[in-house]
Amino acid sequence: MTKKPLLEIKNLHVHYITNEGTVQAINDLNLELYPGETLGLVGETGAGKTTTALAMMRLVPNPPGKIVSGEVLYKGKNLVEMKEADLRKIRGNQISMIFQDPMTSLNPIMTVGDQIREGIMLHQKVDKATATKRAMDMLEVVGIPMERYDEYPHQFSGGMKQRVVIAISLSCNPEILIADEPTTALDVTIQAQVLQLMENLKVEFDTSMLMITHDLGVVAKVCDHVAIMYAGTVIEHAQKHKLYRTPKHPYTIGLFESIPNVHETTERLKPIIGLMPDPTDLPTGCTFHPRCPHAMDICKVEFPEVTHLSDEHWVRCHLYPADKEVE
Amino acid sequence: MLRYIARRLLLLIPVILGVTLITFTMLYFTPGDPARLTLGEQAGAEQLEQFREIHGLNDGYVVRFVNYIKNAVFHQDLGLSYRNRQPVFAEVASRFPTTLKLAGLGVLVAISIGIPVGIISATKQYSLFDSVSMIFALIGVSMPNFWQGMLMILFFSVYLKWLPSSGFNTFQQMILPALTIGTSTAAVITRMTRSSMLEVIRQDYIRTARAKGQKESKIITRHALGNAMIPIVTVIGLQFGYLLGGAVLTESIFGIPGVGRLMVDAIKQKDYPVVQGGVLFIAVTFSVVNLFIDILYAYLDPRIRSQYK
Repeated sequence: MTKKPLLEIKNLHVHYITNEGTVQAINDLNLELYPGETLGLVGETGAGKTTTALAMMRLVPNPPGKIVSGEVLYKGKNLVEMKEADLRKIRGNQISMIFQDPMTSLNPIMTVGDQIREGIMLHQKVDKATATKRAMDMLEVVGIPMERYDEYPHQFSGGMKQRVVIAISLSCNPEILIADEPTTALDVTIQAQVLQLMENLKVEFDTSMLMITHDLGVVAKVCDHVAIMYAGTVIEHAQKHKLYRTPKHPYTIGLFESIPNVHETTERLKPIIGLMPDPTDLPTGCTFHPRCPHAMDICKVEFPEVTHLSDEHWVRCHLYPADKEVE
Repeated sequence: MLRYIARRLLLLIPVILGVTLITFTMLYFTPGDPARLTLGEQAGAEQLEQFREIHGLNDGYVVRFVNYIKNAVFHQDLGLSYRNRQPVFAEVASRFPTTLKLAGLGVLVAISIGIPVGIISATKQYSLFDSVSMIFALIGVSMPNFWQGMLMILFFSVYLKWLPSSGFNTFQQMILPALTIGTSTAAVITRMTRSSMLEVIRQDYIRTARAKGQKESKIITRHALGNAMIPIVTVIGLQFGYLLGGAVLTESIFGIPGVGRLMVDAIKQKDYPVVQGGVLFIAVTFSVVNLFIDILYAYLDPRIRSQYK
């Protein structure tokens, strides 16, 4: 634990308050992102991945969403309590985001060039002509000819639009790039291209990246560290190879076992028994205990704290004794 | 784009023909003898026959319709008024600018109230401002405008003596009629702006703009409003047409010499050529306004623009 994290989330709770009840989307979530690394945030649909990403930029739609408690520390500054005007200087500038669906994340009545230029004009003290030039350069960087600056989003394909979104997010050379399932909405060949592009640009722009995905293949390809999310919290956080070789949390183990092995003939797939809990009515104690093959009595009562198993590998499970007992 | 406009202008021809055919047919089948009604009970058979001859009332339906179209197309002649033997075209044309001005002012009032209030309501949904303005919008759409006009005359002209109660020449005379005719339109525009904006500000590209670090005010004006504009513009166009035809009551209350009043008087006296001419003028204006709105769509939305090429 010598390196200092660039971004750290501490005990974050986010709720969506609806007429049908309070949805506990994020529950006591902890996460660290170190400079230069790519962290994969993995979880099922509804685990709270996108909410985590939005909370990091304080973009959770309010109402109905509300950051109830916790901290998001960027270089030691708490973004949860920051003034809106100060936060705007960070959004798109130091922390920027790529969204899931490129078809809807661009403004249909604005040229793609202008949409890239907008961010540049907001955060860099340059005149219009310079900003236009930079926006054109960004288009070239993501592999779109700059002659297409004046075209509108509907004139681009899905993969091209996602390239434009990437250009927008990288236009101010951010320190942190949050990519919320950037390839989910694209077809497989384009997925590979866009992932490759993101990997290259991450190195070129020297950016830390949070890659949100439910695709363990994407994680294996691009990430250095992995955080596994379940029912609104990170239950295991480790260096990629460690996690793939020695997963500790029963959920993580189940997740890997559910992937069929290409070298063996598999008669039946091995799913994790049960379903994700209803976020309006979470189980007591560890939220995974109703599905856990190793559930103990304590799991039903007490939510496990973080246990550091080794450097850069922690887990939240009662199977592993808590930190203080080890020390 | 020019080709599109030309095509739309050509399409106006069947529209106008259709409108003419429908009004002509309906008036043809209305009971009552125009000759008798115009000349009075005392008129002799000879006089009546002479009247029918002048106005071509003895011809059959088809002949009369064909003659009407022929005269309209080749001589810009919409016939003579039964009442005062004046050419209908000149009579309607002389009153038309007043009606147009009244409807235009009404729409202007409605836009300048409706759009800002709608935007604020949407951005502060469920706030006090939103609730109050939605209540006013509901009152605005449900209040009959002749009643509202009379209340305003009572208050501003009779009680406060601030504004004149009739006429349409000076600016002061125009205020009350414009407010009267603009109120319900303002309410409709407010509600449409609000719902359209509410839909747009939930879109992903608004979140993208926020994630860029853009200011909330700029997000509304630069990203949201443009995208919300199409339904708003549509409603404005339709309302304008409605005001053109529906200004009758307002014109009567404020004693404004517009097409609406001319037509109501003409209907009472079975002065068919005048009714026909008035309807035609309004139909043409309505079509032109709608064409203008469609062109505006192309200006507002590049996706529509690319279809016109």
